[in-house]
Amino acid sequence: MAAMTREETEALIQEVLEVYPEKAKKDREKHLAVNDQSLEKANKCITSNRKSLPGVMTIRGCAYAGSKGVVWGPIKDMIHISHGPVGCGQYSRAGRRNYYVGTTGVNTFGTMNFTSDFTEKDIVFGGDKKLANLIDEIEVLFPLNKGISIQSECPIGLIGDDIEAVAKVKNKEHGKTIVPVRCEGFRGVSQSLGHHIANDAIRDWVLEKRDGDDSFPTTPYDVAVIGDYNIGGDAWASRTLLEEMGLRVVAQWSGDGTIAEIEKTPKVKLNLIHCYRSMNYIARHMEEKYSIPWIEYNFFGPTKIAESLRRIAEHFDDTIKEGAERVIARYKAEYDAVIEKYKPRLEGKRVMLYIGGLRPRHVIGAYEDLGMEVVGTGYEFGHNDDYDRTIKEMGNATLLYDDVTGYEFEEFVKKVQPDLVGSGIKEKYIFQKMGVPFRQMHSWDYSGPYHGYDGFAIFARDMDMTINNPCWKSFKAPWKTEAASEPVKAVA
Amino acid sequence: MPSVMLRKREDGKLVFYVAKKDLEETIESLEFDSPEKWGGEVVLGDGSKYYFEPMEPAPRIPTTLQAKRL
Repeated sequence: MAAMTREETEALIQEVLEVYPEKAKKDREKHLAVNDQSLEKANKCITSNRKSLPGVMTIRGCAYAGSKGVVWGPIKDMIHISHGPVGCGQYSRAGRRNYYVGTTGVNTFGTMNFTSDFTEKDIVFGGDKKLANLIDEIEVLFPLNKGISIQSECPIGLIGDDIEAVAKVKNKEHGKTIVPVRCEGFRGVSQSLGHHIANDAIRDWVLEKRDGDDSFPTTPYDVAVIGDYNIGGDAWASRTLLEEMGLRVVAQWSGDGTIAEIEKTPKVKLNLIHCYRSMNYIARHMEEKYSIPWIEYNFFGPTKIAESLRRIAEHFDDTIKEGAERVIARYKAEYDAVIEKYKPRLEGKRVMLYIGGLRPRHVIGAYEDLGMEVVGTGYEFGHNDDYDRTIKEMGNATLLYDDVTGYEFEEFVKKVQPDLVGSGIKEKYIFQKMGVPFRQMHSWDYSGPYHGYDGFAIFARDMDMTINNPCWKSFKAPWKTEAASEPVKAVA
Repeated sequence: MPSVMLRKREDGKLVFYVAKKDLEETIESLEFDSPEKWGGEVVLGDGSKYYFEPMEPAPRIPTTLQAKRL
């Protein structure tokens, strides 16, 4: 199918909106747009970060998911208590594949679930005492933890427990960092507010711990990798490139990260932001308080990696600039071989994406390196500033959809007929059953890493093995094959 | 009175950021912009106007300030 014109895309949006009642249609219309590269600001064409419509199938998460699952969860040597009923913690346990090194249950706790397991009694009489007991128990059972965060689930805010007081008392008693995070799920419209709350909690309870302490020896090449959650080892693939060009990565936020690294971050010279959406708040705070500049970078696909390495190097002296060139040159043969191998198999394939807050724009470059084209993209919980950054990355007259509903996404895919859909687990089986090749772009479909040059090779292989998998040719819904081959016989 | 984070972009322009409103805009003009006196009326890239209480001397940027919407 050829690229769609602006009019066709607009007509498609109108057609899809047709089924909604008047009020819902008016609301959803604002979230669907045709990309126009000539626009400077996204708010002219798309509305984002608004409450989802009741009754539609949204794919968003909650503030607790943003705080516990995204920002705090990967900090490996802290214990993150899911404070409230057991489900929130258990159903989000270890699903995000934030890899880390360490001995789980001894000095790292990433894949474990700690919860206060609220029952009716706790809702009626309050759960502060239980939380205090829980913290004491943790100290006995897991003495090597370096700190505890209390991730509130909805009931904590509803019954008004004072987790801050408990945290302060227990902090005095045990001498460890204990962070109360007010990330009750009902706050905000999506997980995005959870990120913000988590950032603010780090700012208020952790970041300034080592202010005035200069015992940590610094170098002029210290950087922090912020907003890389080490999904399938992403942060490791990124870190090697930075180290190879001569930088010293002091902290990883927060994939495979530790609380000590976070405390040391105010000593770095430059903050490198990968996931802008979830961690820009803390970068802005550090810029203001500690005068640490920050830049966004993108480690998906060789074009963007080279661009980013050079941009990072500009903040340092010539040795780093040379280092960047050296790294790019060193991996050139490797990534050229990847492109040579997979580009002929993937060239011209069209992709539709619908992911969280960063990848809808960050992976476009990687697809383009393989000769593929992204024809539609959207954010679950992106804000205006994300769409501002997306407009330039996307082709003209391509689809943009914010907080897309299950129905809209299916219809778009039916009409646009992309060769690949990249989204999450909730969308995966729907599209696979429709016969559309699908990759999970949240968890890399249990593969990864996708960051860095090493990751690009894996990315290219995964896309190839999904799109060119012979299974897509050999299955069609039974009722479709019947209709095509022979007319349905009347039931006798 | 939104609280506004101000930072200098790589190209030297001031960026006006209001987290609560997802507003990230460049500052196109500033009434007083000298080391001695800073503030007054600002015009943003999208044409909207805000007002900073004039300050003497100019604040160190990046910083967070209160602005009034005009």
